[in-house]
Parts: sequence; C-alpha cells; structure tokens
Amino acid sequence: MTNETEDPVASAARLVSGGDRVADSAPGDQGGDQGGALFTATTLDRKNARTERGYHSLFLLMSIVLILPVVAILGLLIVRGGPAFSWEFFTEAPRAQFTEGGIFPALVGTLWLVVVALLASVPLGVAAAIYLSEYAKDNALTRLINLAIINLAGVPSIVHALFGLGAFVLFFDFGTSILAASLTLAIMTLPVVIVSTRETLQAVPQSFRMACWSLGATRWQTIRKVVLPNSVSGILTGVILEVSRTVGETAPVMFTGAVLFTPFLPQGVLDETMAMSLHLYMIATVIPDVPPEVPYGVALSLILMVLVLNSASIGFRVYLRGKKKW
Amino acid sequence: MTSSQPNRIDDRLDAAWIWDRIARAVIFLGGISAIVFVVAIFAFVAKEGLGFILQKLDLGFFFSSPEWRPAQEPEPEFGGLALIAGTASITGLAMLIAVPFSLGVAIYIGEFATGKVRETLKILVELLAAIPSVVWGFIGLTILNPIIIDLFDVPVGLTVLNAGIILGLMAAPIMTTIAEDALKAVPDSYREAAEAMGATRWQVIRQVVLPSASKGLVAAILLGVGRGFGETMAVLMASGHAINIPTSPFDSARALTATIAAELGDTARGSDHYKALFSLGILLFLVTFVINLLADVLVRKGASDRS
Repeated sequence: MTNETEDPVASAARLVSGGDRVADSAPGDQGGDQGGALFTATTLDRKNARTERGYHSLFLLMSIVLILPVVAILGLLIVRGGPAFSWEFFTEAPRAQFTEGGIFPALVGTLWLVVVALLASVPLGVAAAIYLSEYAKDNALTRLINLAIINLAGVPSIVHALFGLGAFVLFFDFGTSILAASLTLAIMTLPVVIVSTRETLQAVPQSFRMACWSLGATRWQTIRKVVLPNSVSGILTGVILEVSRTVGETAPVMFTGAVLFTPFLPQGVLDETMAMSLHLYMIATVIPDVPPEVPYGVALSLILMVLVLNSASIGFRVYLRGKKKW
Repeated sequence: MTSSQPNRIDDRLDAAWIWDRIARAVIFLGGISAIVFVVAIFAFVAKEGLGFILQKLDLGFFFSSPEWRPAQEPEPEFGGLALIAGTASITGLAMLIAVPFSLGVAIYIGEFATGKVRETLKILVELLAAIPSVVWGFIGLTILNPIIIDLFDVPVGLTVLNAGIILGLMAAPIMTTIAEDALKAVPDSYREAAEAMGATRWQVIRQVVLPSASKGLVAAILLGVGRGFGETMAVLMASGHAINIPTSPFDSARALTATIAAELGDTARGSDHYKALFSLGILLFLVTFVINLLADVLVRKGASDRS
C-alpha cells in the first residue's frame, strides 16, 4: 500500500516540472508555426494533447488510489468482522470481562447520545441557519458568526471534550452523564446542521418570499409558511449527516458521559452510558483477551452505520434535486 | 359595525407583528450561538489551564525539553517538545500524502470528470470523509501495523509512518471537498475565455483556473493541516504513543491531542497534571483558531480578487 501511495506522488512531481515548460511555451509558438494548415495537428498540438492526456490519467489514477485502499479495508473488515455478527452480538450485554456476549448496551447508549444531542442541536442549528439566510446583512457580525462556525468545526475534538468536562460535567454539575456528553456532541456538530440548513434555505427562490411579502405577510410568517415548508426535506438531509458524525465521535464523550461498562441500561439523561465508539477503542487497546473477531465486528458495525446514514443522506439529496420544481 | 372592522384588522396585524418580533429575537439568539460557544470553549478551557500556564508552567522548559513526566513525584516535569515534535511530524507526513492527492482528485472531479463518473467520485469522497476517527485508529492498529512490520522489516509498526498514512487518508477527502469548492468558485467565463484563445483543457487549468483558485487551494491545505493537528483518536491508536522526538518515520511518537485523551482520565481534578492537560488544550485551541482564521482570510481575499 505504501508503494502505491508514494509512486504517484513522485511521478506527479516529475510531470508537473516537465509540464510547466510545455504549457509555458505554448501561447507564443502557436501564432507563427501553424500558418495555413488550420485543422491539421502540428507537433505542438500533439504535444499539448499528450500533456493533457498525461495529466488526465494521472489525476484519474490518484482518485482511484485514494479510494481503493478504503475499499480494501472495508472488505477486510467484512471478512474479519462478519463472523462476529450474530443475533446474540446485537442483543446481549458483554459478559466475562468482554470475552463473551454482545454490544447491546453500547448500541442503546449511542442511540441515547445521538437523540439527546439532536434535541439540542437541531433547533439551535436551524435557528442559526434561518438567521444567516433570512435576516443577516453583510456586516461585521455576520462575518464573525461565519468565522465562529468555521472555528467550531475546526476546534480539535479533544478540546471540545475539555470544554464539555469543564462546562457541563463540572460547572453545570451534570456529572458524567448522557446530558453532558450529548451537549458536548451537539455543540461540536452544530456547524453541520447550520451549514446544510443554510444552503437549503438559500436555495428557496427569492420570488417565493417576495410573493408572500407582497400579500402583507411578516418576515416570520413568510419563513414559517413558505421558506421552511419548502426546506424540510433538505434540513432532514443535514440532520442525517449530523447523526452520522455523532455516532462515531469518541474523544468528546470519553470524559463527559461514556464509560467502559455499565451493569444497567441508562434510565435517564443523568445516567452514564456505554457507547459504540468508546467500546471499540477500549476493546481494541485496553481490554485483554477479547476474541479477535469482536473488535472487527464493532468496527464493522460502526462503519456500516455511518455509511448507511451518509448514503441515505446523499440519496435523499439526489432524489430532492430531481424532484425540485424550481 | 363599520368602525370596528379596521380595528380588528389592526389587532391581527399587531399579533403578527408581535410574533415577528419574538421570532426575530429568538432566531437572533440562535444566530449568535456559534460565537457564544466559541467564546465559551475558550473561557472554560482557559479557566482550568490559564492560571497554571501563568503561575507554574516554565514556558522555556515546555518548548525546549522533551521530558513530559507530569505524574512524577515530587517534581513533575512538563516538557512539551516531544509532543510538539510528534504532532508536527505526523501532521507533516500526512500532508505529504494528502496535499498532492487531494489537489489531484479535486482537479479531476472539478475539471476533467463529467456526468456519472463525477457524481460517483464526489459521493465516494464524501463517504470516505465520514469514516469515524476511532475506526481509522483501529485500522492503523490492526491492519496497517502488521503491513508496516512485514514490508519494512521493523519491530514496531505503530509509528509516525502509520499515523501519518492514516491521517493522510483521513484528511485527503476533506481537503478534496474544500479544494473542489475553490475550483468551483472560479467563474466559467474565465475558462471559456481561455478556451476561446485556443488553450487546451490542461493549459486552462494550469494557467487560468489554478492561479485564480490559488488562495482557496491554500486555504484547503491549511484546513487540512488544522484537521491533522487536532485529530485525536486515530493518532492515539496508530502512533505508538511513546514520548520521544522522532528521528525517522519508523519511530513511535506521541501527539499533543493523544496525550490529553490518554491521561485526562487518570488525573485528579484540580491537580497540576490536570491543569497541564488543559493548558495543552489552550495551545491546541489557539493554533487551530489561527489556522482557521488564516484560511478564512485567504478564501475571502480570493473571492475579492476576482470581483
């Protein structure tokens, strides 16, 4: 695999330095050399076509090399993790120091974390997107908000974890709980909802709003009766995407609410919980004597959840694009 | 009868007007929430860590010594050089892989590919970007580790090389998406003008599209660096997590982020060790903040250059 990834890099560097000269000499030569033969290929034309084909193939190759290892990895996960899948694997709690049983409590815990995180982040994210799309003027405050969104998405997940610990676990005194972990996740994934919802809202044609305003509707009436109904499915696409992000996050939950093992399923938002992502980390690194197919099985379940959610979101988006009336 | 009619309309308008005001206020609060959260993140991390930096941490020692012994009694040592070197070498190696690949793939998707191929590639890249970091870490730990041991005949496969490759594969799809956006921001009229002059597609890309998109492409690379810098779980699991200034890609290393993730669970709240980890958090926050700010300025400048 390493050979695969390094070869194109080297050849890219060679081609770029060679390609420079060809491209640079082209505009000057063209005028004089061609003369009357307007449609016959000159040496220069052939050279240009060769260069272009070269780059075309190089970039195609790079795309394939980027994607192939991941397909291979997915295949390997299926081969090694598939045998772990059974009814018991998904419906039972781990037993005997994680050497037997399944991942049921981790699945339930991840579901709790995702649902509570969505309850917090979707209303807030949609409100922020409405503000940016429908109210915000092009001023310093709007630029500041956009910068904050970029930063919220760019702050390392472990810093979000420190924040969650400092703010929700200690300052607001939620303890290590689903609530603290979910709020941390909600803030971390807020940019996903804001950005996708803003795009959906902005895609609603301005004429829809104008028609509504001209009937005397207020701004809010327009948003509620015209803009939002036309964006519901687009917002949903973004929410699915956010779910997929939330499912796999590990660092933000490991100090705020997710724990290695709980004997009972969580009963409320102030309980600690197990989670799929932390479970994978723990059985892959810390816990000894776990049967080898089990961590592969957990990794495979996680990756399948994320891929299914993302595919659903993408499929939904493509379907909506086809259905759009404007 | 006739005089009460206009009054009723007035009342209804008032109710609508009041709701409009309320909605505006609520939505405005939502709008500024992102700012509030970024400030809150810094405030809460600084609350635990800033006092330690100002009073106890010897900054000269932190930036010059590789001795990270936060739990040592009676004199803990807080040297950050090995952690900084670990983060820098892993991120650097990752960028060596991710930069050419993401730019190449972005150019292919944005300028060469058409129709179904283009759509499929875009979807695949998006799916790649969605794989959780803990799964990437697991891949480094269980799949790439034996491959590196066999291929290079080294005793340990959890190294800078391993973490760099994993991080490169993680960052490439995200950088591809941002770079492709930068290419898309170049107006088609630029391409058409160049094509009308007889330029081949590669000449158009090389001499018109890339120069015009250059600031956006640099921003994409910067955001990739920021992403690599802040990645936690994958680096924790694939790098070997050894305190050590790596001298070759086959050395194990330890990253700033991974240090916090690995040690925070074992520290007593309020202890020097605990505060030291928060001060690493301040460093991470500030560096990613500057990187994001720089990327944003570049994108903005690229757009204003064109208009």
